[in-house]
Amino acid sequence: MKRSNNNHRLLRAFFIATITLFSLILALPALALAQTDAAGADPAQLKASGGMIGFLTMKAWSPYAAGAGIGILSWFAFLLSDHPLGVSTAFAKTSGMLEKSLRGDQVLKRDYYQRFVPGIDWEWMLVAGLLCGAFLSAQLAHDFTLSFLPPLWTERFGAGIVWRWFLAFSGGILIGIGARWGNGCTSGHALSGTMQLAVSSWIAACGIFGAGIATALLLF
Amino acid sequence: MLQQLHSNKRLQLLLGFLMGIFFGFFLQKGQVTRYDVLMGQLLLTDFTVVKVILTAILVGMLGIYPLKRRGVIKFHLKAGSIGSTGIGSLIFGVGFALLGYCPGTAVGAVGQGSLDALFGGIPGIIVGAGIYSVIYPTVRDKIQPLGDFGELTLPELFRVGEKKAVIAVAILILLVFAVLEIAGY
Repeated sequence: MKRSNNNHRLLRAFFIATITLFSLILALPALALAQTDAAGADPAQLKASGGMIGFLTMKAWSPYAAGAGIGILSWFAFLLSDHPLGVSTAFAKTSGMLEKSLRGDQVLKRDYYQRFVPGIDWEWMLVAGLLCGAFLSAQLAHDFTLSFLPPLWTERFGAGIVWRWFLAFSGGILIGIGARWGNGCTSGHALSGTMQLAVSSWIAACGIFGAGIATALLLF
Repeated sequence: MLQQLHSNKRLQLLLGFLMGIFFGFFLQKGQVTRYDVLMGQLLLTDFTVVKVILTAILVGMLGIYPLKRRGVIKFHLKAGSIGSTGIGSLIFGVGFALLGYCPGTAVGAVGQGSLDALFGGIPGIIVGAGIYSVIYPTVRDKIQPLGDFGELTLPELFRVGEKKAVIAVAILILLVFAVLEIAGY
């Protein structure tokens, strides 16, 4: 009884803190909006935007505001779903489901799929939502554009679509192997694991960015 | 109340989807779904990614540690070893630089219309995860046990109280921000 009262008091404090922080987050981009167009937003659009709607239609927020949003979101993920934010397991499950549909149930006999049973779960839905959320954000800012070549790529390597596709695909394969090998990706380790102060996750974050920076500097 | 919520499978699927919408929205607004921003970080010319991740860690940590202390939430620590976390993250990092997105931001990039993520990155990650499911027994038995340290946390590692560790990490993160801002990134 005493414990549950404590929990309730804490929950109340938690929600008050959340609301306060969300208002702070709302204030931050407003400040950013007032003083800069460094993110490359169209000045006319900046002028037209204002208030809550303007906040949602901005092309970019201050990275601190976006990061704080993700931080607060992870409180709710632990609290409401008993689950840290993570993405790469959903890819493993998708892979298992796709291969099962092509090659039948024998695929599920693999040890890996005994441990991570392919199927739609919380994390899979999180990734589905992620897709929609990013689309919503881009669409609200009139920023949704179909493109095969990122500007930085074209600047450095020219307009070679096949070459870009090849590097993206092979990079994806290494990511798929590495994420499952290391038991997590940039979300599961470098975000959710590090905030729990897990040693494995801080090591993973260092490995990911260390190898990433070295490879990028060699490549460019 | 919370346990009932956690065991309601259909509601959890809906909650996962809703939280995903916020996640994708924040990632896209933070511009970290862009190849140029992610590669800018790896090339050390643009520190947006570091700012987003470290702010998320800071804010997240300041919420979840008090919640765990009162027994409201449970942590989900990932066990680690040099053979799994160390090697896996290095393979991941090389792939990260080639693709220019990580799994979450690749999905977000598709949401903003980046076709290189849709046709190159996402199928690649799915194929890679499939390859791993084949090599998994060997990796698990031969490589992952090397240098095993289990579910160790930084407070345990440094033998300090959780509160002290949280405050220390928070101060370090704020120092990084101060340095980045002063240096003009």
